[in-house]
Amino acid sequence: MIHDILSENVRKEIDSIRSKFPHDKNKSSIIESLLIIQHENNGYLNEELIGALAQYLNVQKIDVYEVATFYSMFNLKPIGKNTISVCTNVSCMLRNSDQIVEYIEKKLKIKIGESTKDNKFYLKDEMECLAACNGAPMMQVNHVNYENLTFEKIDKILDGIKDD
Amino acid sequence: MIKVCTQTFDCKDPSSIETYIKLGGYSAWREILNQQTPKSQIIETIKDSQLKGKGGAGFLTGLKWSFISPTKSQKYLVCNSDESEPGTCKDRDILRYNPHSVIEGMLIACYAIGASVGYNYLRGEFIGDQWKVTNNAIKEAYEHNFIGDNILGSNVSINIIPLIGAGAYIVGEETAMLESIEGKRGMPRIKPPFPAVQGLYGKPTIINNTETIASVPYIIKNGIDWYKNLGAGDAHGVKMFCMSGHLNKPKVIEAPLGTPFSKLLDECNGILNDKKLKAVIPGGSSVPVVKGEVIMDTPMDYEPLMKIGTMLGSGGVIVMDETTCMVSVLERISRFYYAESCGQCTPCREGTGWLYKTLVKIRAGQGDQSDLDLLNRVANQIEGHCICALGDAAAMPVKSFLTNFWNEFEYYVEKKQSMII
Repeated sequence: MIHDILSENVRKEIDSIRSKFPHDKNKSSIIESLLIIQHENNGYLNEELIGALAQYLNVQKIDVYEVATFYSMFNLKPIGKNTISVCTNVSCMLRNSDQIVEYIEKKLKIKIGESTKDNKFYLKDEMECLAACNGAPMMQVNHVNYENLTFEKIDKILDGIKDD
Repeated sequence: MIKVCTQTFDCKDPSSIETYIKLGGYSAWREILNQQTPKSQIIETIKDSQLKGKGGAGFLTGLKWSFISPTKSQKYLVCNSDESEPGTCKDRDILRYNPHSVIEGMLIACYAIGASVGYNYLRGEFIGDQWKVTNNAIKEAYEHNFIGDNILGSNVSINIIPLIGAGAYIVGEETAMLESIEGKRGMPRIKPPFPAVQGLYGKPTIINNTETIASVPYIIKNGIDWYKNLGAGDAHGVKMFCMSGHLNKPKVIEAPLGTPFSKLLDECNGILNDKKLKAVIPGGSSVPVVKGEVIMDTPMDYEPLMKIGTMLGSGGVIVMDETTCMVSVLERISRFYYAESCGQCTPCREGTGWLYKTLVKIRAGQGDQSDLDLLNRVANQIEGHCICALGDAAAMPVKSFLTNFWNEFEYYVEKKQSMII
């Protein structure tokens, strides 16, 4: 049953994550394991996956659920294939990041926090500073940094992303 | 120009072990293993070098190490690479351009405190670049037997293990990081007990910032006086300053501690479009803002910045020109702390919400004079009343923005619009 939910590949990766910690500290593997599981599941988690990891690590489901709901990189609902996070914290705000968000919203015809109808993009409502302040304004697309953004640059980056 | 943590940055293949070794890398570690240097001697060296924590608190690193419990049982070292203080972008460069300095620093720190395991915890958003470089560098160091069992035949065994987070500012707080490594929500612990006595899995643990750790091999290699003398004037050592905001050329500069702010400004080719400097947040968004004219000639060092009412913090220097609306900047800062409060302590959980919502109200033109008093009152009720420093970090900007730019806030509530057009 659990083998149907977590692929062999994922289970292998979880086993190697477990080896980083003392043998009786299974909870420590939750965060990195969830990142792997989420990546394999089109970028989001659900209760079935959370339950499966709990069972595989032999921890309580609530332990996994707590982690999945606390950290902002975990999504508990389906999202578009490519995640865009625009940093809008102070340093980027001073370099007009709000206009960058507005431009992307208009371009993709969505509001921040939404995914496009074709499910190609998800525009995350990013609260954190993404630690690229000297390259402001900046965004991450699937966790790759793009800095010193202009509207032309955004067009080039987003238009360059293939459909699959 | 001096280079400590940035030594490899301009090299052709900066992150490779060959580059690092060519520049004298791992020689400090080899020497320690060859000489079987007493642990206490290493701790004394770091203490005497005046190396201070570069993540924000500025605590003497050697002193922190000396607090480690003398027990023979398992101990841990944690390198805090959860760089997320707004305005800070230095560790990201060390991690991708000089990863081996972090590894060698961790090895030396592990040896000095008697830890057989060192974890390097990177923020989740570093998964695209820094995470890969870190993993690769650790692999290289294992292949050279700088890490692992019986390192270079010395009978010393230390493992260095990379960890990744998943998005939470609060995990940068050292005890929240321990919770996170234990696989829990990042909620800070009550101190005491301090981590040096009871840390990860209840074992003695030392947590140091990436830049701090990366400085260690260079200090061991070049000596106490070398490091101390790098500072300008009365200051000791160097710091990476992350220059961001309204600058012609924003950049990360590794400079002597004690360098006047004006000199850093010059290195960034001055204020964007030759506007006038209005305000500076010199140490990440958690520290108090100061007026431009006040900081201009101030040496960028712990004490001088305290004297003008602010702090060196993480070295995240956020520069604002005359066109900046301070009300909207404070609203943005408050939104951040509201979003990132872990929710454990009531004053912070509720207070950060009150701060943010009150600022949103003012910005919407619906505030009045009483809201300004409310901001001050809420800030005072948060400050000093929480388990960790996030509450203080949310309160300090509010109080300093109001103190320094009161007329702008008053204008906003009276005219229902910003003073800045």
